[in-house]
Amino acid sequence: MHIFIFGLVNSVILALFASGFALVYGVSRLANFAHGALYILVGFSTWLFLNRVGINYIGSIVLSILIVSLIGGAIYRFLLIRVKGMPDSEIIASLSIGIAIMELFRWRGFISETYMLPPFVKGSVNLLGVMIDWQRLLIIGVGLAIMASLWVFTHHTKVGLSLRAIAQDKHASMMSGIEPDRTAVIALAMGSALAGISAVVILPLGNITVETGYMVLINAIAVCIVGGLGSWAGVFAGALLLGFSQILATALLGPHWQMVVVLLFIIITLIIKPSGLLGRQKELEERV
Amino acid sequence: MDSATQERRKERIDRGIKVRTEGIYAISSWQGITYMALPTVAFVVGLLILPLVVPTMAWQRIIVIACLFALLALVFDFLTNFVGIVCLGGAFFTGVGGYISGLLNSAWGIPIIFTIPIATLGGAIICTLFLLPCLPMRGIYFAIVSLMYPLLFARVIQALNIFGGTDGLPGLSTFPNIWVELYLVLPIIILLTFGIRRLVNEDFGIVLRAIRDNDQAVKASNINITWFKTKAVLLGSAIGCFAGAYLAHLYGWMGLSLFALDFSIFPIAATVVGGGGTLVGPVIGAFILAPLSEMLRAFGPLRVVFYSLILAGLVIFSTEGLVPYLERKYHQFERWIEV
Repeated sequence: MHIFIFGLVNSVILALFASGFALVYGVSRLANFAHGALYILVGFSTWLFLNRVGINYIGSIVLSILIVSLIGGAIYRFLLIRVKGMPDSEIIASLSIGIAIMELFRWRGFISETYMLPPFVKGSVNLLGVMIDWQRLLIIGVGLAIMASLWVFTHHTKVGLSLRAIAQDKHASMMSGIEPDRTAVIALAMGSALAGISAVVILPLGNITVETGYMVLINAIAVCIVGGLGSWAGVFAGALLLGFSQILATALLGPHWQMVVVLLFIIITLIIKPSGLLGRQKELEERV
Repeated sequence: MDSATQERRKERIDRGIKVRTEGIYAISSWQGITYMALPTVAFVVGLLILPLVVPTMAWQRIIVIACLFALLALVFDFLTNFVGIVCLGGAFFTGVGGYISGLLNSAWGIPIIFTIPIATLGGAIICTLFLLPCLPMRGIYFAIVSLMYPLLFARVIQALNIFGGTDGLPGLSTFPNIWVELYLVLPIIILLTFGIRRLVNEDFGIVLRAIRDNDQAVKASNINITWFKTKAVLLGSAIGCFAGAYLAHLYGWMGLSLFALDFSIFPIAATVVGGGGTLVGPVIGAFILAPLSEMLRAFGPLRVVFYSLILAGLVIFSTEGLVPYLERKYHQFERWIEV
């Protein structure tokens, strides 16, 4: 029971990590390796607004999510747009932007003290014999709410439909007047906002550190690769698979193995079926 | 025709001497021979006398490290631009090479002259075996797997607490003095730079470049592309493992930092700075970037920020690299002509 509940929480956390990454990749085929950096950017800026500027908690959260989505959009509009269509350059460029942001925080001394965001709801509850704090339950709630609203957004609003159109058939949607670059900017802004939302719900569980950024990035990539890049059902499947195996590995082998499991999943999936569990097979693009 | 820019444009013309020295007649005049040999001689002599002109021993140490990074950059350039495998596994090679050499040295006390060659060959075979299942994969998929291997190995070593675990193993034997360190690796760089350049123009290299351009076509010609890629990766990982083993003995210490991401990222940066596809370019790029990063060390973590911003800038604004630029200036002259 313990494993089941914490596995579920962990799966939702992973799905939240991956949602922004998957949204960006699904729409613009752009692997945004700055995702982890945007995640901790929200954490630190919320902390700054809360403790240095003195805005209240909700206000600082909203403000930093807005800022980070602007930054995400700007990164695409002014930088990544130039290397569009060259996957290697995209990855190198976005990864180095991400590293630059993360190491900037390290330089500003964000490692000396512990930085923590207060949980929304304090205390814990006994659920089926397992003590679980409210924040973790809140994460499940927020995760499900985000997934639901993303579904509504991409199926019932004009912008969301245009995002899906670009993802399905770029040329046909360009013919019907959808601007691919503008949708990509929107996708990146939304992806960053998703990173931000997941940051503010998940970060209260522990400290904010620079290493969290790298960890989030690797986990997001792992979920997307295992589930299949550019498939929403795949994100769920990948998150569940990885979430439970991480918890199992921690319970049976020890905390060190958590990351090993993730990396092993990435490598094995790529070797056996590069398009992932539920991704559309593109045999010739992937392997010879 | 109102603005000046529309009326004129820049024209590039090969220098006369370049055309005259293309064939066998180059040796008919001293001028021709000089023109032809100058870049090569400048590169070789420049590398060999570099340790003599730098002021302090600390700088000589930096040159040794730059040499090892140059080897990794050379491997990256060879695999990316001549075989079409984007291999971000520089850290994988250095880690495996360093650990093999370090373990042999610390467990059985085997001297350096044997550990480095054993690590080079054994490491190359191990790395190739691990990369073998991924070889059919293309582009970005291979890049991600090769980037993940060093992370995985470092985590496994940490989790199992083998080979010294998180702390690593100190007290490996080191080189007798700085001159041995320097003049053991410098000739190897020169040899490998020109050796690989020769190799990619041989029949073997032509097949490799064909695989890069169109692997389906090569496969259709009844050539086993995986086997050719395997040989290329074996060569690349041998060089990388040599660099790792050398590094372990240079510091007299082996640890998880041999798997650090720097060894994967630095070769890319060096290749971008020096110009990809030239083989000499990445070596020169490494000799520019390694001292630069040492000078920036005073800034602490900010160094990495500078570093990644420079890399992002160079990639985003897609520069051609130093060596192609110099090559153009050397072989061609430019003039404005009326349109």
